Amino acid sequence: MSPLSVKSFNFGRILNSTGLLVLVLLWILPTVGLLVSSLRDKDELALTGWWTALSTSARNEFRRTGISEDQVEIDGKYIISGKLLEPGGKIIQTFSTNFRNLTAYEAGATAKFKDGSLFTLQENGDYVWISDIPFKHNLGKRIFYVAKVPPTFSLDNYREVLASEGVGQSFINTMRVTIPATVIPIMIASFAAYAFAWMKFPGRQFLFVCVVGLLVVPLQMSLIPLLSMYNDIGNYFGFVAKSYPGIWLAHTGFGLPLAIYLLRNYMGSLPREIIESARIDGATHFQIFTRLVLPLSVPALASFCIFQFLWVWNDLLVALVFLGKHDNQIVLTSKLRELLGSRGDNWEILTSSAFISIIIPLLVFFTLQRYFVRGLVTGSVKS
Amino acid sequence: MPGQLLNALFAVVFGIGVCVLYYVGSNFLLERIFMDQDGYSISKDRWRRAIQPWLFLAPALLLLGVYLVYPVYETIRLSFFNFGGFDFVGFKNYLWAFENPDFQQAILNNLQWLVIVPTLCVVFGLLVAVLADRVSWGTIAKSLIFMPMAISFVGASVIWKFVYDYRGPDIEQIGSLNAFVMLFGAEPQAWITLPFWNNFFLMVILIWIQTGFAMVIFSAALRGIPEETLEAARMDGANEMQIFFKIMIPQIIGTIMVVWTTITIIVLKIFDIVLAMTNGQWNTEVLANLMFDWMFRGGGDSGRGSVIALMIMIAVIPIMVWNISKFRKEEEGR
Repeated sequence: MSPLSVKSFNFGRILNSTGLLVLVLLWILPTVGLLVSSLRDKDELALTGWWTALSTSARNEFRRTGISEDQVEIDGKYIISGKLLEPGGKIIQTFSTNFRNLTAYEAGATAKFKDGSLFTLQENGDYVWISDIPFKHNLGKRIFYVAKVPPTFSLDNYREVLASEGVGQSFINTMRVTIPATVIPIMIASFAAYAFAWMKFPGRQFLFVCVVGLLVVPLQMSLIPLLSMYNDIGNYFGFVAKSYPGIWLAHTGFGLPLAIYLLRNYMGSLPREIIESARIDGATHFQIFTRLVLPLSVPALASFCIFQFLWVWNDLLVALVFLGKHDNQIVLTSKLRELLGSRGDNWEILTSSAFISIIIPLLVFFTLQRYFVRGLVTGSVKS
Repeated sequence: MPGQLLNALFAVVFGIGVCVLYYVGSNFLLERIFMDQDGYSISKDRWRRAIQPWLFLAPALLLLGVYLVYPVYETIRLSFFNFGGFDFVGFKNYLWAFENPDFQQAILNNLQWLVIVPTLCVVFGLLVAVLADRVSWGTIAKSLIFMPMAISFVGASVIWKFVYDYRGPDIEQIGSLNAFVMLFGAEPQAWITLPFWNNFFLMVILIWIQTGFAMVIFSAALRGIPEETLEAARMDGANEMQIFFKIMIPQIIGTIMVVWTTITIIVLKIFDIVLAMTNGQWNTEVLANLMFDWMFRGGGDSGRGSVIALMIMIAVIPIMVWNISKFRKEEEGR
């Protein structure tokens, strides 16, 4: 190879890496921003960008000194001393008694007040106030200061949303929807898929083509008729139309076409000899299905399980239609949407709630990514 | 809290239990009724063989019928009736829809979504799939770009609303996008209400989620191209660009079509993002959100809602036909 081509080759590689790096950063920064923000102090979060979270920030605050009751007399001098700051790493830079002039005194310097008293404030917030005449004030004097605040991260926002915003309850509700709405369709679909793959009955081909057609029927088509059907059934039997079994069945119905399609294709590709030899040995279909085909189909079952789990967990539309909005039924996505409306500016609440709602899918996703990808690929890549 | 958990646990076990009971119970009964008491009985065995498939299929067919087939028929019927579904009104709902400015806006916006989102997902997906195959940290890169697939549309909306956050012009911006444009001396903007462009900012969210899907599929498809084909092209002096456009793309064109249609269907149904970000305000209305709106507006107008739902269905039908014919061909090839 000539030197020139080596050089251009390297240049191509650098371009390749940088391009990919830029794309990856673009893709993850929004999520990183959310995570970082959810861990920040809520006042800082409202004032500065999340990218400044690691730098120390200067903050203007004021605190009051002790009152006359706190004074002690030593050698004819009257002294009030104490701490202006809670322990937490803030460092006072400058202070003043006038909020218009925050930089009047450096930390550690002594200020002389109009009444002749001397006030000294240290970096760590300890102060000593000395006067020749007794203090008489009942309201502490306001001391304004500029403090450097080191970056602080805490789980306070999470504690708040889990306890008082009802996100914890929503989390349980989401679980209550998701687990049966994942297990039930997979059970029903695997029986049907087995029938389509290995049993003989009239109309098999036609029914399966119908399933393939139903794969793309938009959910929106079902909502109005189902809502009125649920209401009618509810009215007729005298119970509430919006219930957990109702949404389980809805998710099952909507998830079935894909489940049957994927599982039937997988089960159909199992070696014919295994199933036929089991038949000859006198095994019933039920036995072959439960003892032979199901264990062999674990990869396909796992793929669909992840699909359905993510879909149900992340669903908003079905939950809005088939579940109520009271505390016992509102799911995480629905709750999050409500918070977006009512607490639109409280980013500490939104970011932490959002993170709670995405953490389980992310965990599932990263631990089971292999199965997820395999499922996606078998459905899409032309063989 | 423990009470709620227990309650939830009970509900879960109950729901799944009923299901298990059906399959085990019905098959047990079948074996019992058609048991071969004294030796082999051909007629009983034949009955059992005829009934068993339907026991396996019954729950699935019943649910598909109730939740997908019947609603299609019922939605079509309701679209010709008035808001309560009682009086036949002919094509009145359809005429209403085509004269309604919200509906027109929604159709227009849906068309924009349909053109832009699948295209950009495919372009970015291909780009990442190709780039990631050539670096040592490609797997991690793909994993990170794939990650948004796991995030709900609402969760993603919160993430991006934070990116687009806007404060007054004189205050420090906490939204990344505004901070970024200010680096270049531009004015901060309220992106979500910015006329015309705000639609694109909503589309970005879906592109962000779906690119990972496209990338994973393309990555698998590209790996399926025989190494010899690429080698031969390199030997003939083709450069990387030529290999990409003249060899790789034609080889995976079928896969590109599948990805394109899959994302198209998702785009047609897009709802959560618009509801959470703008609820259709500032000219960002889309069909699915408008339909949801009419489902509940003023106690619910099933006629108008149905017409809007049908528009989505009609848009999907060509894809459905294509899917079925593709499936038929694959079956013949089996």
